[in-house]
Amino acid sequence: MKRIISIFVCLIFTLSIALTFGGCSSKTKLFVYNVGDYIHPDVIEMFEKEHPDIKVVYELFDSVEEMYMKVSNGTSPYDVVIPSDYMIEQMREEGMLNKINFENVPNYENIDSSMRNLDFDPTNEYAVPYMWGTIGILYNKTMVDDPVDSWDILWNEKYKGEIFMLNQERDMVSIALKKCGYSMNSDNDSELKEAEKILKEQNPLVKAYCGDEIKDNMINGNGALAIVWSGDAYFCIEQNPDLAFAIPKEGTNLWFDCMVIPTTSTHQAEAEMFIDFMSRPDIAKLNAEYIGYSTANASARDMLEDSVKNDKLRYPELDEEFMSKMEIFAYNKERNAKLTEIWTRVLNS
Amino acid sequence: MYKKSLSYPHLVWMVAFVIVPMFLIFLYAFTSNTTDGNISFTFDNFKKCIDPMYLKIYANSIWIAFLSVVFCLILGYPAAKILADKDRRRMAAGKKASGLMMLFVMPMWMNVMLRLYSWLTILQPNGVLNSFLGILNLPEIDIMYTRTAVVLGTVYDFIPFMIMPIYSVLIKIDDSLIEAAEDLGANKSRVFLKVILPLSLPGIVSGITMVFLPALTSFYISDFFSGGQFMLIGNLIEKNFKNPVGRNFGSSLSIILMGFAFLSMHIMKLFNKSNRQMDMF
Amino acid sequence: MKKNIFKSLFENTYLFLMFLFLYFPIVMLMIFSFNSVKSTSNWEGFSLRWYEQMFSDDALLEAFANTITIGILAAVISCIIGTAAAIGIQGYRSKKAKGLINALTNLPMVSSELVMGVSMMILFLYVKIPLGYATLLMSHITFCVPYVIVSVLPKLVQLDTGLYEAALDLGAKPFYAFRKVVIPEIKPGVISGLLISFTLSIDDFVISFFTTGNGVSNLSIYIYSSVRRGVNPMYNALSTIMFVLVALLLFMINKRSGNKNNAPSIIP
Repeated sequence: MKRIISIFVCLIFTLSIALTFGGCSSKTKLFVYNVGDYIHPDVIEMFEKEHPDIKVVYELFDSVEEMYMKVSNGTSPYDVVIPSDYMIEQMREEGMLNKINFENVPNYENIDSSMRNLDFDPTNEYAVPYMWGTIGILYNKTMVDDPVDSWDILWNEKYKGEIFMLNQERDMVSIALKKCGYSMNSDNDSELKEAEKILKEQNPLVKAYCGDEIKDNMINGNGALAIVWSGDAYFCIEQNPDLAFAIPKEGTNLWFDCMVIPTTSTHQAEAEMFIDFMSRPDIAKLNAEYIGYSTANASARDMLEDSVKNDKLRYPELDEEFMSKMEIFAYNKERNAKLTEIWTRVLNS
Repeated sequence: MYKKSLSYPHLVWMVAFVIVPMFLIFLYAFTSNTTDGNISFTFDNFKKCIDPMYLKIYANSIWIAFLSVVFCLILGYPAAKILADKDRRRMAAGKKASGLMMLFVMPMWMNVMLRLYSWLTILQPNGVLNSFLGILNLPEIDIMYTRTAVVLGTVYDFIPFMIMPIYSVLIKIDDSLIEAAEDLGANKSRVFLKVILPLSLPGIVSGITMVFLPALTSFYISDFFSGGQFMLIGNLIEKNFKNPVGRNFGSSLSIILMGFAFLSMHIMKLFNKSNRQMDMF
Repeated sequence: MKKNIFKSLFENTYLFLMFLFLYFPIVMLMIFSFNSVKSTSNWEGFSLRWYEQMFSDDALLEAFANTITIGILAAVISCIIGTAAAIGIQGYRSKKAKGLINALTNLPMVSSELVMGVSMMILFLYVKIPLGYATLLMSHITFCVPYVIVSVLPKLVQLDTGLYEAALDLGAKPFYAFRKVVIPEIKPGVISGLLISFTLSIDDFVISFFTTGNGVSNLSIYIYSSVRRGVNPMYNALSTIMFVLVALLLFMINKRSGNKNNAPSIIP
């Protein structure tokens, strides 16, 4: 009897293991981990066609925090992930990133020179910029008659029940800090408290705190004002011309999403191949056109339509005047926990 | 023929995938998060659980779960009663059950996410519901991202779990009991209150336990319908487990939730000594 | 008599309204899956484009395939483990041991799905098993086995062991006697356990959500993460197909078991 049982148990385990690993052929599996709606749907297929021995396993995350969790679990062999600036800084400091061998990424030369040597990767060793943008206010011109040039409008009682906010603690607290005139990266407890206070005051005015649902709601005219990232704003405006996007005069967050190779990677060379492919001007152009964000790829930008590449909101001159208003998120471990608590209190106030 | 050893694979499996994980949850709940791998015993995670901010979340989610249970019961009991009556009449006449019960269960077989998605499209401010109301010249309703929407989603998702156990208890009630009560001069409503309702109590109780706990924890429903405005205990646990540093706190929350589960199980057993809940499986 | 008509009118109206509540959303989904534009409220004409889009979405098809294969594997494996366990449990004489095993079996059913999910996730992370197809399957087996046991046990209790012994006395080998005497008796319980496991597995979201990874997803997880990105009639098309499949399956089961009046036994 015992033998039957042990055979039985072994059978189950081999079966399940065989199914996990046996299902695939001899192709190299490249695990790419990206946020949703952040790539042209055909690009993966094009890559696989050019590299017939590679099979891309493309997985999506909802937030970079979720991505961080999965990568730090160490149980998934991710090869390429696309996080934002402060997260790259965090991962780099915690030793979670591999250095990229730029000899295998010749298309890196297409990357805009102003996107290099940024604070999160000062020595240009770990990250290849993908997209960049800002965060601002998307509004419906038929519903809002006040000028939209300041964060203050999101606290205007007139628009009660018509405001959509992002369910992202870092961005929302930063905006509240900015509205109060502080730095978006402020770690000062009294300043954070003030930000929390005004976010709580705003809570009754807000229709919903959500993520990608904001886009559908704004396109369908369910909301007057919403906080969105710049690329999403253009996506919405294309669908509904009543919408417009504004960057408040107080300034806002400037962010960069880059491709990095985490230490979980088991296929460094293939990962570099993929990053190089994504940096090729024609591919970068496809992606930029599809997702609407500003590409970090200078050659691809030149190939875009004039109305897009000369759009001052989409591709602002990164001159001193502009940069003085912009802030890039910095990584601060203790602050992260504070933000989470503030945000839980705001949502449940 | 009943060789004990036949149950060993099951026991091994349960220990490996239920007992050990539960033990790990306890371990996490009573230790603090240290990045260097040192484990130190602490009650901090439980202290954090009684922070007023979290108490508010528990109160809110218990209220939502309570409302869902009440609506499931109010809507489900009559449906179960009518169906059971119909089927009893048919069976008394020697025919087989009508199979209408099947229709109540069928949506449950369709994927849970698709069921919720169907309400998502209907509740949109410019969705089907408001088009219909527009045609009928009725005022439009906009309940998306409110507590009402969360309760509606929960009721829709779990109402079969209320109807099924009540139905399976009602259909087994002995006709002679009802006839005896009628012969003794009880009118319809007295028969219902004094005979049928007490006899269906086990079904009601198991229905309540089958709806209440999931309603408390189904974070996906509030993800869909609450617009981030309400958190259930489920959302809190999910959020904390998503984040590596939150797992200790999340574990202590899970233990509290398990406590809830066993408590409600126990209350159910008090009502239901004859172990009838097995019938519905 | 008049009162009776009134009563049955009320009853039928009530049932109708309940069915409306249950089926209105699904019927609307099905209708708008044939809409030619990306709206789920304005009808603009008939088209099959969402079905085409659905069948060309590889990720969706893969999730669908995972759901079905996991469902079948989990149902079959948990049926084997569960039926064996149910027979084994009958062999325990002491009440204490029986009670303990029952408590262990019931544990996954009474502790919430969420707790099951997170605790198994912690386990897999702790022993560093990569999350994916295998972990998904293991977690599904874990929550299915108890349901199999619960549906097989009553049949075993009803079983007259004398029959089995009589077969042995008449010279049958134990396995032959088991196959010819016991199996036919417990078969309905095993089948309903199989079906319950399959349905639970294909419908599961919470446990799968925590125990999968590495790009492996099932239908629930796929829909959960994509629906919130926006309404897309492709999911209407998917719902239509799922609903038709389920209706056919239920119809077949109902027809087979109709004469025995045990239709609700396949309900989890």
